[in-house]
Amino acid sequence: MPHNPPAASFLDITGDVCPMTYVKTKIALEDLAPGEVLAVLLRGTEPLRNVTQSCTLDGHTVLRQDSGEDGCTRILIRRGTDD
Amino acid sequence: MTDKQGNLPANWLERYSRNILLPGVGGRGQRRLLAARVAVVGLGGLGSPAALYLAASGVGTLDLIDSDAVELSNLQRQILHGTPDLGRPKTASAGEALARLNPGVHLNLHAERLDSGNAAELLGKADVILDGSDNFATRYLVNETAVRLGRPLVTASLFRFEGQAAVFLNAGGPEEPCYRCLFPVPPPAGALPSCQEAGILGSVAGLLGTIQATEALKLLLGIGEPLTGRVLGVDALSMEFTTLRVRRNPACPLHGAESSMLPPFHPSDST
Repeated sequence: MPHNPPAASFLDITGDVCPMTYVKTKIALEDLAPGEVLAVLLRGTEPLRNVTQSCTLDGHTVLRQDSGEDGCTRILIRRGTDD
Repeated sequence: MTDKQGNLPANWLERYSRNILLPGVGGRGQRRLLAARVAVVGLGGLGSPAALYLAASGVGTLDLIDSDAVELSNLQRQILHGTPDLGRPKTASAGEALARLNPGVHLNLHAERLDSGNAAELLGKADVILDGSDNFATRYLVNETAVRLGRPLVTASLFRFEGQAAVFLNAGGPEEPCYRCLFPVPPPAGALPSCQEAGILGSVAGLLGTIQATEALKLLLGIGEPLTGRVLGVDALSMEFTTLRVRRNPACPLHGAESSMLPPFHPSDST
């Protein structure tokens, strides 16, 4: 298993829908320094697709996705240098 | 728009979510808008859409300046005002419309005519000055004040199916033009109809006022390329957009050694 740095911050967006899922993720990433990692817990396939795609488009890196049997996914995002 | 403790307004993430999602804006850009201040001169065809979009976008403070009352012929394009507002000060109807749209915006209402005695005070606290006035006397005064205060000016004008817009940063650069470099002298009295006399397609006013709001937001956010060093011309009948380069006019009285001894300007047009 590849080594991932510990998350500097954690965000639960399981109760949110698009686009607030990414709005909250984007704000949480802004509060981190470049290279720091944000852990995000979300629910369902649509937030998973939108949040991961938006993170990539904004210059962040999705390091890892762990889906559970409850429909939730925990993703690790490394903050890029651009907002 | 923050309170005395620096707290952001409730539900701001959701209200401004479409701003925050934009590249180059984000939470930081939105906080800049919430802390920003724009002066809007004239609450007519240009100032109406401009002020509406600035308030909707969350610009924290708007200084609204207009001495006129709402007339029936205004309502075809001046969308801040409605039929029940006929005869009321434009600042009053504008204030109500903008507060209804976004009660978090702080509004300073100035139902007075901009003149050389009050211009620096009314415009001096703004980060950006947006000129939506309808006469050369006010335009020259706004420009002169913006140059002397070193504040960016977003200007536009309308004529029938056409409009023009330009941004002057007034940052003190040696080659920077100002509005008066573009229009060195006012047209002689009677040569041009005033805005009140000329026909104007209302939606064209909306188009140009919205361009002004867009340029003001870009300046406040520090994104994109401002409409500087050029003037945008819009012909709605052909729907063609053209840009012409604008250079500093060496004879412009607002620049150079003579600028501190600016000759008094006697407005011939006071519509």
